[in-house]
Amino acid sequence: MYQLYKEMLTNYLRNKSEHTLYSAQQFSKEMMVKDLSPEEMVSLHISVFKEIVEDLPEEVIDSFDLLLEVMIGYGLAHREHLSLRDRQRQLESELNVAARMQQSLLPSKELKVDEVDFGVTSVPAGKMSGDYYHYIVDEQGHIGVAVADVIGKGIPAAMCMSMIKYAMDSIPEQRLQPAALLENLNRVVERNIDSDMFITMVYGSYDPKSHRFYFASAGHEPGFFYEAATNTFHDLKTKGIVLGVSPKVQYHESSLKLEPGDFVVLLSDGVTETRVNGEFIERKDVSQLIGKYKHLPAQLMAEQVFRELERMQDFQLKDDFTLLILRRNV
Amino acid sequence: MQVQTHVDINSEWGIVAARQAGRKLAREIGFGSVDQARITTAISELARNIYLYANKGQIYIEEVSNANKRGVKITAIDQGPGIKDVRKVMEDGFTTSGGLGAGLPGVRRLMDDFTIDSEVNNGTTISAIKWLR
Ligand SMILES: Nc1ncnc2c1ncn2[C@@H]1O[C@H](COP(=O)(O)OP(=O)(O)OP(=O)(O)O)[C@@H](O)[C@H]1O
Ligand SMILES: [Mg+2]
Repeated sequence: MYQLYKEMLTNYLRNKSEHTLYSAQQFSKEMMVKDLSPEEMVSLHISVFKEIVEDLPEEVIDSFDLLLEVMIGYGLAHREHLSLRDRQRQLESELNVAARMQQSLLPSKELKVDEVDFGVTSVPAGKMSGDYYHYIVDEQGHIGVAVADVIGKGIPAAMCMSMIKYAMDSIPEQRLQPAALLENLNRVVERNIDSDMFITMVYGSYDPKSHRFYFASAGHEPGFFYEAATNTFHDLKTKGIVLGVSPKVQYHESSLKLEPGDFVVLLSDGVTETRVNGEFIERKDVSQLIGKYKHLPAQLMAEQVFRELERMQDFQLKDDFTLLILRRNV
Repeated sequence: MQVQTHVDINSEWGIVAARQAGRKLAREIGFGSVDQARITTAISELARNIYLYANKGQIYIEEVSNANKRGVKITAIDQGPGIKDVRKVMEDGFTTSGGLGAGLPGVRRLMDDFTIDSEVNNGTTISAIKWLR
């Protein structure tokens, strides 16, 4: 190291070539890999310099004292950087584990029922998601579906989201009554979750025999209902306050009938609050986009819509994205 | 012969005097210029903390040795307010001044051995040793 630097400095003082400067740049990389601190580098320079230039003026030699003293501070900042980088890596890998755990809270089995065509896509903006979705088929063949959205982002929202899953598991089966389910869930959330965390949720259940879709919403972004006969999208209009605000809340339940080819779309506000060039897209744009892919099976439809919206915002999601589609088969 | 000096810290002058004493001893023991600068930086940080947070205190500087090595030991003692959460102040990135890498974690890095003893309302004692290699 000493020899190498000595050669470089000797060369440079002789020919001032760019080539030597380039070697110096490579040398610095190597020294960083070897954890040579800035003050040690300066000290190396000083000793080499003293050796190859005889009779250095005293001022030059003394001036290095000052430089060395200043470099100690840079050396500390450098080492702090290294240790923070290690910590960052560790946090990163912990976060990956947490994200995998969170993934395991979502339904893992595909929903396969002859009467419906079902698809869902959920993508977090960061590593962890503040969105939650759920689906289930009960013994009578009724299908329950839900999308929830924790207001807020990142890890706190994600932890809150994990609690919803357990809250859902803790309330008895009432999958066919969306309003009653939300009322119960509201009580659990109100009691257990911090008052500054809010959760919106839409719950729907589909009865494949009567083809009716029942739904209720707790302050959630309205979904869509696509009517095949007229080729139009309608908003799934609902009223209801977000979960966890007050212990006694009543939710309003609505229903509609699905004809063959009709479908409902539940989503999180990460879908509708997509920003393109700084401006939110309109709900109309979202329904148009869904319409564009309606010839595809529901799963592909959801994925295509996501892909297109992702591209529209240059692959930088601002918010967690969840889109769930349930279509009555012909 | 083992030398021990102590410097009262109650002004910026005290800080400079402590640095001077530290550098002198380090040089005598045979530390190179980089380590001299490290030792004096550590002294500065400790002395400055005394001056800023406890108003007054002492810095002791002495030579230490064990079986096969010699070193410089710095001890900073004050009867000031003490440090409430020592673990927190020893974490990187937690200095109130946001001083990049300096502060107490910096002192620990600059030196080889580091111990801190602090009790709220009862003062702080920090000692650090740098061994000659
Ligand atoms: N001798 C002391 N007595 C009481 N509190 C202290 C003492 N030394 C440090 N502290 C407390 O510990 C904190 C961290 O000290 P440290 O020297 O690491 O950083 P800082 O002084 O805040 O910033 P910097 O040293 O980077 O300018 C201080 O903000 C202070 O609250
Ligand atoms: Mg300090």
